[in-house]
Amino acid sequence: MSEKFKVSSNPHVRAASSTASIMMLVVIALLPAAGFGIYNFGARAALVLLVTIVSCVGTEFLFGLYKKKLTITDLSAVVTGLLLGMNLPVTIPLWMAALGGVFAILVVKCLFGGLGQNFMNPALAARCFLVISFPRQMTNFISTGAGALDAYTGATPLALIKSGESVNVMDMIIGKTTGTIGETSMIAIVIGACILLLFGVIDLRVPGSYIVSFAIFTILFGGHGFEPAYLSAQLAGGGLMLGAFFMATDYVTRPITARGQYVYGIFLGIMTGIFRFLGPGAEGVSFAIVLGNLLVPLIEKYTRPIPFGGKGGKRHG
Amino acid sequence: MAKYTFRGGIHPYDGKDISKDKPIVSLEAGSVLVFPLSQHIGAPAKPIVAKGDHVLRGQKIAEAGGFVSAPVHSSVSGTVKAIEPRRVASGDMVMSIVIENDGQNLEVAYDVPKDIEALTKEQILTAIREAGIVGMGGAGFPTHVKLSPKEPDKIEYVIANCAECEPYLTSDYRRMLEEPEKLVEGLKIILRLFDKAQGIIAIEDNKPGCITLLRSLTKNETRISVRALITKYPQGGERSLIYATTGRQINSSMLPADVGCIVNNVDTIVAVQRAVTEGKPLMERIVTVTGDAIKNPRNYKVPTGISYTEILEFAGGFAEKPEKIICGGPMMGVAIFSTDIPVTKTSTALLAFTKDAVSAMEPGPCINCGRCLEVCPGRVMPSKLADAAERFDEEAFLEMHGMECCECGCCSFICPAKRPLTQEIKSMRKIQLAKRKK
Repeated sequence: MSEKFKVSSNPHVRAASSTASIMMLVVIALLPAAGFGIYNFGARAALVLLVTIVSCVGTEFLFGLYKKKLTITDLSAVVTGLLLGMNLPVTIPLWMAALGGVFAILVVKCLFGGLGQNFMNPALAARCFLVISFPRQMTNFISTGAGALDAYTGATPLALIKSGESVNVMDMIIGKTTGTIGETSMIAIVIGACILLLFGVIDLRVPGSYIVSFAIFTILFGGHGFEPAYLSAQLAGGGLMLGAFFMATDYVTRPITARGQYVYGIFLGIMTGIFRFLGPGAEGVSFAIVLGNLLVPLIEKYTRPIPFGGKGGKRHG
Repeated sequence: MAKYTFRGGIHPYDGKDISKDKPIVSLEAGSVLVFPLSQHIGAPAKPIVAKGDHVLRGQKIAEAGGFVSAPVHSSVSGTVKAIEPRRVASGDMVMSIVIENDGQNLEVAYDVPKDIEALTKEQILTAIREAGIVGMGGAGFPTHVKLSPKEPDKIEYVIANCAECEPYLTSDYRRMLEEPEKLVEGLKIILRLFDKAQGIIAIEDNKPGCITLLRSLTKNETRISVRALITKYPQGGERSLIYATTGRQINSSMLPADVGCIVNNVDTIVAVQRAVTEGKPLMERIVTVTGDAIKNPRNYKVPTGISYTEILEFAGGFAEKPEKIICGGPMMGVAIFSTDIPVTKTSTALLAFTKDAVSAMEPGPCINCGRCLEVCPGRVMPSKLADAAERFDEEAFLEMHGMECCECGCCSFICPAKRPLTQEIKSMRKIQLAKRKK
């Protein structure tokens, strides 16, 4: 037989899931929360999401033209765009939303080498960039529900709590409160999280240790002791759920080691608590995660798995 | 009953249905047979025949080149045509004895022991060594060496590796169904070498027929038990198997004997049975011929030295034009560019696929998802090791325990970015192993 067959190193079979299919699942899992945001805040929310997605994908496409490499097909820019949009208030000027997308993809992702090389979550880094650059527009929240018709500037539930007012915890869990587009509905976010857990895209190590450690921190240092209503409000508000399930779990910027993921989750829980209870602001998920991102190399270094059979290598050496 | 397993591993499509229900068919040798002198781990065998010599079936044609080595026997009667380098599955050219089959099938008179029960340990080991038996699951480690640990009294378990965790492969399955008594007898012979050992027949639970059959065959054997393993690749990997059955762990610097275990594959144990009770050397084996490009997929009992081209002809050739042909299983087998390659003692299968899954997928950047860490039975960090290998950072590679990789292929299989992780790590390991030999 003279014809030649294809040759490659083993293994010769591959699992079906790909980078693009994983990103697609994340997009699908984000849809309930995004959809609720549009329902809650109106059509302009959809416009903001569209702008951030287009600006993220567009930036990556243009950078790809420059690098002569088409990378938008892996759908990671769609995820970044969607997440960024969900982290913005509905009132944000569209050019700011677009600028955030450019910053996320160009500065945080592409300039560091593209997918897998960024050391911060692009969407969150962009949100932090916008919060620092345009603090007023980034905290311009409108109240929703009946009052949304004649929109006036409202405060997020956590800000209300911080200033000593009471909030309806049930509204917070359902999401009929104000905040960024995608963060208000705990139920919608948890539905999305279940999709990710079910398909094995994420596991509970990071979100679980994050939420549990934050809850413990709240009980200890939140100033209210073990008060279910207060605790529920703290857990449901301020983008904690969105952050814990969708942003702290970002593969690229969380530790890859199992033990490291617990350490990282606990760190996020503590930092979020510090920002919320000891700092001047009412929220702190984004900054906690971005800060956590910076510690990942260090955490990974000290949490390497112990190889099967212990540390070997004698026979060969 | 509790099922046994290990941590990590994957569940690839197993493809065993294609060939598992058809009985084994014996194939006759073709006109020319090629016997590589290196079909095992260790020193190559030394030829003891010359060009032009006439040899018989079962005759030793090359003797062991050292203690860790194994002799080679002819599987046909005929004339030595040449002793020259020939290509083997790995792609290397290996010095081989080429024999022209005279079609007479003249066989040597085998030295059959009168009373098998009376054989001493020494005699059993000699019979195994003289029969040229090596690990037939693929590794090719000389069996007599494996069965001669420093302290035989410290061996507590002799494990028959009947997991057959490689997808598509069904040769062990057929062997267990068709000749289970030989497996049991072979295991009993090996147990005679280790007075304090228990025999464990470890079978993945996707072969319930074999489990039932072997349980009933061994119900009166006090020294042998059958254990069902959870079906998962690489359950049949030596380290995974020892851990699954005994809870003991070995790393790359240890031998199974260090934790009181000896592991042998089904086919190897049957070869031991044949060598000890019938005096017959290793000169045939069962090869699974399967894949979507094969016309008549099934298991064939073939003489060693036969070429894959001939097996394919007997098997009715290709149903469709294959894109890729693999010697061995899809996880650890070797892709070959031509089928003009001889079957050796370690050839487990010939797979032919109409589509090559690997070249169809473009590798992308690592997204740090961590799936490779989850599936790695060696519990190392494949993605980081591959990075270190890629930038040739030997220090980082060793510091991150790169040598603990068993090259099972789980990481490459699972990687959503389709990175060739196993390949990167393997290349680096090869370099490190070569350095250490110096």
